[in-house]
Amino acid sequence: MSEYSCFDIIGPVMVGPSSSHTAGAVRLGRFARAIAKELPSEVRIYLHGSFAQTYKGHGTDLALLGGLLGMETDDVRIRDSYRLADEAGLCYTFIAADLGDGYHANTAKFVMKLSDGSEKTVTGCSIGGGKVLITELDGFPVEIEGIYPTLIDTHLDQPGVIHKITGVLVDYQVNIAAMKVFRQEKNTIAYMVVETDQEVPEEALKEIIAMRPVLDVKFIKPF
Amino acid sequence: MVIGSVETLIQLAHDNNSSIGQAMVKQEAALRQISEEDVLAQMKHNWQVMKESIATGIKNPQKSKGGLIGGEGRRLYDYCQGEKGLLSGLNVMEAVSYALAVAEVNATMGRIVACPTAGSCGIVPGVLKKIQEMDDLSDDQIALALMTCAGIGMVIAHRASVSGAVGGCQAECGAASAMAAAAAVELRGGTPEQAGEACAMVIKNVMGLVCDPVAGLVEVPCAKRNALGASLAMVMADMALAGITSVIPVDEVITAMGSVGRSLPETLRETARGGLAVTPTGLELNRKIFG
Repeated sequence: MSEYSCFDIIGPVMVGPSSSHTAGAVRLGRFARAIAKELPSEVRIYLHGSFAQTYKGHGTDLALLGGLLGMETDDVRIRDSYRLADEAGLCYTFIAADLGDGYHANTAKFVMKLSDGSEKTVTGCSIGGGKVLITELDGFPVEIEGIYPTLIDTHLDQPGVIHKITGVLVDYQVNIAAMKVFRQEKNTIAYMVVETDQEVPEEALKEIIAMRPVLDVKFIKPF
Repeated sequence: MVIGSVETLIQLAHDNNSSIGQAMVKQEAALRQISEEDVLAQMKHNWQVMKESIATGIKNPQKSKGGLIGGEGRRLYDYCQGEKGLLSGLNVMEAVSYALAVAEVNATMGRIVACPTAGSCGIVPGVLKKIQEMDDLSDDQIALALMTCAGIGMVIAHRASVSGAVGGCQAECGAASAMAAAAAVELRGGTPEQAGEACAMVIKNVMGLVCDPVAGLVEVPCAKRNALGASLAMVMADMALAGITSVIPVDEVITAMGSVGRSLPETLRETARGGLAVTPTGLELNRKIFG
């Protein structure tokens, strides 16, 4: 078993009432915001399972929205998220939905409309104690916990791309803690998720995005 | 190293010729490769948040998000100041009023420190705040006591669980009460062994306590279970300080608690499908809140 820190037991500092239904929900919202790279103009949030049944009483809706507005898990303004979203010009809808059998009971799916007219979707679940797992990005299955700095790239599924990207990380002395590659079909588009020990510098991201098979790259700080 | 038993905690304290709390500061500093001062400063910050949550709940009581609780901490605190003598004594009841206040702040989406969880967040602050007032202790001394709590919590997390969904309420409010009792013993000058005895005696008294939240909310019976946890911690700490010991050794007690938790049916582990949640009133409240 892993070693606990004292602050796993006496902590985190958070707004109530529930680490899974509130703190975890804030973190899902923060991740969606990091993927959007901007405050979306519009968001539809689908709530599944226990989230669908009890979101009102736990403030899960406020927490998801607060995260999307960039708030931390201990921000007391979370209870005013509806008003703050209105003021920020974010149009939001919550939809209780059955996403299907394979989803954790505390799952939320964000469908975000961005300023360039594109749409981004993020699906993740709150697995207890404030821990989360991002399970889908734009329909691709992924597994992201958000504990480590994380690099997420989309590239054309060709030989050598992963080698090139990890080569850049070597150049910038970024150590890889874990990595996974996901794709739907051969020779189409692949997602790569790389968890690192260090933050990936802006220059490294520029080098990666400049590679022809790379379509998009994002660096997400622990959230 | 993994702290897997209270026996290890006591040994660590003896090796350092210190309290469990002080030994845990050393452990944490080594684990995270930071200074002992930084560990204590971080814990003092958490203590600050705990004190603020008590003050908010007592001075500015509000209705909870689900509307089932609110203001009970303040009501009890005011009753404590009244002329009619308390049955159980001022120290215990003020600690209970603080614990209720923090649990209420949690239920209004206020800021709290999960300890070990959000549902059980009132117990440790309630007990430690009262002892700080009684004995005029510094925040540094309380930060050390929180490290004692952390050590006990780690052992419970390792041998049993600190999640209601896994082990029922005994794993949340029970664990918090055991943590608070051990810390209370050390704050009052008891030995590491006595801290372990207090922990054992608390857990023996909450063995099998189920998690049955009405409407699935962290309100009923959670706030009042925080009251139970705070009062039990003080009673068991006094018993340990008097020299009373647990016949069953503390680590065996914690293991038994884990085993009892695993044998609880799922309906009694935070699913709101058993216990108080499915009483006629519990079901009616659920309908009112969620339609």
